[in-house]
Amino acid sequence: MKILVGIKRVVDFNVRVRVKPDGSGVDTDGAKMSINPFDEIALEEALRLREAGIASEVIVISIGDSSCQQQLRTGLAMGADRAIQVDTDIHLQPLAAARTMLAVIETEQPGLVILGKQAIDDDNNQTGQMLAALWNRPQATFASKVVVAGDTATVTREVDAGLETIEVDLPAVITTDLRLNTPRFVKLPDIMKAKRKPLEVIAFTELAVSNDNNIQIDHYAPPAVREKGIMVDSAAALVTELKSRGLL
Amino acid sequence: MSEREIMEYDVIIVGAGPAGLACAIRLKQLDVINSTNHSICIIEKAAEIGAHSLSGAVIEPQPLDDLLPGWRDNPPSMCIPAGEDVFLLLSKTGSRKLPTPPQGKNHGNFIVSLGALCAWMAPQAEALGVDIFPGYAASAIHYLADGAVGGVIIGDMGVAEDGSHKPTFVEGIEIHAPLTVLSEGCRGHLSKQLIEKFALDKGCDPQTYGIGTKELWRVAPGKSQPGKIQHSIGWPLDNKTYGGSFIYHLDNDRVAVGFVSGLDYQDPNFQPWEAFQQFKNHPDIKPLFEGGEILSAGARAIVEGGYQSLPTTQMPGAILIGDAAGTLNVPKIKGVHQAIRGGMLAAEHLSETDGSQGFDKKLRASPIMAELKKVRNIRPGFHRGLWAGLFNAAWETISLGYSPWTLKNRSDHTALKKLNDYTSPERNWIKRDLAPRDRLASVYFATTAHDEDQPVHLKVADTNICITQCTEEYGNPCTRFCPANVYEIVADEAGKRLQINAANCVHCKTCDIKDPYQIINWVTPEGGSGPNYQNL
Amino acid sequence: MSKILIIAEHNGVELNNSTAKCVSCAIATGGEIHIAVFSATGNEIAQQASELSGVTEIINIQSADYSHALATTIAPEAALLAADYSHVYGPSSTYGKDLMPRIAALIGVNQVSDIMAVKSSRSFQRPIYAGNAIIDVSVPADQTIVATVRNASWPAAETGGSASMREHTATAERPTHTRFVELASEGGDRPDLQSAKRVISGGRGLGSQENFAIIYALADKLGAGVGASRAAVDAAYVPNDMQVGQTGKIISPDLYIAFGISGAIQHITGIKDAGTIVAINKDSEAPIFEVADIGLVGDLFAIIPEIEAAL
Repeated sequence: MKILVGIKRVVDFNVRVRVKPDGSGVDTDGAKMSINPFDEIALEEALRLREAGIASEVIVISIGDSSCQQQLRTGLAMGADRAIQVDTDIHLQPLAAARTMLAVIETEQPGLVILGKQAIDDDNNQTGQMLAALWNRPQATFASKVVVAGDTATVTREVDAGLETIEVDLPAVITTDLRLNTPRFVKLPDIMKAKRKPLEVIAFTELAVSNDNNIQIDHYAPPAVREKGIMVDSAAALVTELKSRGLL
Repeated sequence: MSEREIMEYDVIIVGAGPAGLACAIRLKQLDVINSTNHSICIIEKAAEIGAHSLSGAVIEPQPLDDLLPGWRDNPPSMCIPAGEDVFLLLSKTGSRKLPTPPQGKNHGNFIVSLGALCAWMAPQAEALGVDIFPGYAASAIHYLADGAVGGVIIGDMGVAEDGSHKPTFVEGIEIHAPLTVLSEGCRGHLSKQLIEKFALDKGCDPQTYGIGTKELWRVAPGKSQPGKIQHSIGWPLDNKTYGGSFIYHLDNDRVAVGFVSGLDYQDPNFQPWEAFQQFKNHPDIKPLFEGGEILSAGARAIVEGGYQSLPTTQMPGAILIGDAAGTLNVPKIKGVHQAIRGGMLAAEHLSETDGSQGFDKKLRASPIMAELKKVRNIRPGFHRGLWAGLFNAAWETISLGYSPWTLKNRSDHTALKKLNDYTSPERNWIKRDLAPRDRLASVYFATTAHDEDQPVHLKVADTNICITQCTEEYGNPCTRFCPANVYEIVADEAGKRLQINAANCVHCKTCDIKDPYQIINWVTPEGGSGPNYQNL
Repeated sequence: MSKILIIAEHNGVELNNSTAKCVSCAIATGGEIHIAVFSATGNEIAQQASELSGVTEIINIQSADYSHALATTIAPEAALLAADYSHVYGPSSTYGKDLMPRIAALIGVNQVSDIMAVKSSRSFQRPIYAGNAIIDVSVPADQTIVATVRNASWPAAETGGSASMREHTATAERPTHTRFVELASEGGDRPDLQSAKRVISGGRGLGSQENFAIIYALADKLGAGVGASRAAVDAAYVPNDMQVGQTGKIISPDLYIAFGISGAIQHITGIKDAGTIVAINKDSEAPIFEVADIGLVGDLFAIIPEIEAAL
């Protein structure tokens, strides 16, 4: 079984992003770029499934300009067998990203697709679900445990009410939550090996994917600053205040 | 312990700063000319090239012209031609313009971010075939049987605080090479070990240092004058403490501001980070920052000893270059051009000889050393205070360094006086309100990150000394000289003890230098840890 | 005029509060508001939905296939229903986050995630970069708007309404490739720090591991989760997984009470989305008071028993 893992190049989670003063976007000048942390977890899970003998090949895919090859190389260094870059300068929204992945799926025929539950830049949390819908296959989102046996996967999901377990027929789409695993460190010699692994570039235009029905971004602003509130002078006054606000 | 995996190169360069990158680029260029081929790797502990690099920085462009002709057509992302030079003497309430000393004239120079400069040089080195590995710390030296340096050992990853192996544990590999180039920057932790092991500082004065703190601001529109370069001396320092400020006006309303304090200060109660903040809040300085926003912050020790403190820069199997050796020109407060020159010189030497032998002699005969010799007496002239120092500096400048004498340097940690032997001057420091509020807030803008479950990388040999002897003698100066609030004396129900907030560390090395008992040893944390400077 | 369909969230027994929050967002959007209730035997839930003020119609869709809230079975029918609407809203709970993008993809549109505020019927505010930037987005006129509504940004709509009830029989396919196995609540009586509605945190001011007991005791009285500042973690009063802040957990409870926490920016980063922040500290200059909604200066060891007494 092949596993396809989507990885997105994003501003590293340690970097503090700032909105540009003119509200036209977010200033990422000189910022460190990384694999989206949830996607790194997705790749780790795929690698573990391969190491357990369940998967035979792990393919990483990224959509973007040539700069995302850096993240694909990191994915290869972590242990992916090969990489696909769908080359485009357009910042695709989730629907077009899902359509693009579906086009690649039709060629690659993976038994499992694992993605991060969301990218930490746009925070959309859509692509995995959309891909599953367009593919007409099961989705197991927010996974904290994945067990694959035969043609089914049993996935534990982190939901608001606790831990929900579902069983899905393969092929399926799984999206990862933080507690699924801790990704491995890349070993230095593996960086060198990764340079020799195959990285295929497919032009986005070649896939004939429509890029429509997008959401338009009009303006960026920094979040509102929390204002100083009131001071109370006793514990009793505090409790009264909290009760009056319906918080106790 | 299992046998470590081994990779082999012809040359290992430790540290992807300007010296290391220049060395790699030049050596590859010479390979093309000479039809030779050196396999080269650069190990960098920062998660990204440039993320641990911090400097003013106004640079002299000539070495870059030599290394990368045509660079001016494709400059680094932050590169502003130097404009007006301003030199101020501050008092608590006012300021007076002084004539700009010749070393302070910057016409023809460029204001850059050292981090951005390195991030711009690195891909050029990679394009020439250099393997650059950011996120890996060279944690130890690999010695050959005969005692020569044979390479480096990469730090293990995935070690828990108690030393046990986490599930992600990966043993660091060894990298072997006939030659190791140490370009770790000021007070490199491997350089420090090698200087001691090979007694490279025998016959030279002790090395001396300063602590530089820097912030990048976006000021209110219209306040920045791109290219303007302003330096100051005087307040908030007393006359016995060497140091001063810089303000460099960049593009897009950005301004770099920083403050350097000589680490030969005597006052055990002195707070270098607070001195920086006091400077920013000076009535003639503050208006520039009011209405602005701090973008990033950081700190780094700088090497000040110069000519008379330069150690022997070669040893069997290895050489020292850049600030790791100590080639910075203090009166100019510039080290980048010297570092690039040093890296190139090292490359030329390696191309000719493929060994360390003879490098030190070449360095001492080079323009790098001539530049240091000329200004050698200026910095130590300040040992007797600001006015004597300025007078001496004027003499040394007029006489072009031809004085028949060379003033001595002394080690910084011995300069600190005990509480009982010193009366701190009345500093009259003011209540301030510009960001950041405190050192913890400053660390936030350094975006420093360390996995908190890893061994503490600030090794304090005997913490009993801290609570007993040091508290009494010096009042725990580590709690003041550290710009990142790493050291705290905590007194709670468990008693009084030293708490090391290692996760705050910005890798400046000040503690390793200034601790009066020399019991703090800075070692590399897990690769990729540390600050994530953006455009510093 | 806008016609808004809300997909109700429930646990098979009662309507989740998040649905009432969606109604508030829909009211702010303006238009006719309907709620679709997918359930196995959910007349009671549909009844609760009909009482939400501002809602005019409840679409009650019952099938044994809806006995568990699986996106794969609900989405196809919801996408069919959506044809009659300009807007389809769901909560940005894990339920809504799972379901709504699947509906959006079946309709063939991108989704607006996490609506914080409504600017006009087709323009919204939403957070990106973990709330470090807020963007205004708009959706072109001919495009169905599918969106999730950020729970923390909206009050629950009032009750007292009486929407009409429409029974609807699902016609879309209900695939069987996805099967519910079980739902387990996470162990322990104390709520999980990250999902708790109330969180009580302690800092260095507690002084010892033993003293943290009073924090746990108060938390248990309030049904709250327990967190800590990094200083408290570094001093080994509590384990690392309780740390709230930049290098710990980022949380957004309705009520956050900080005892003996100075409020370093690193800590504030972790609580900036909390509904109400209460700070108790003996240092009146502590930076936490600059962001606290309610502050109280004093000794936490005296104040905690007083709070318990006043509850």
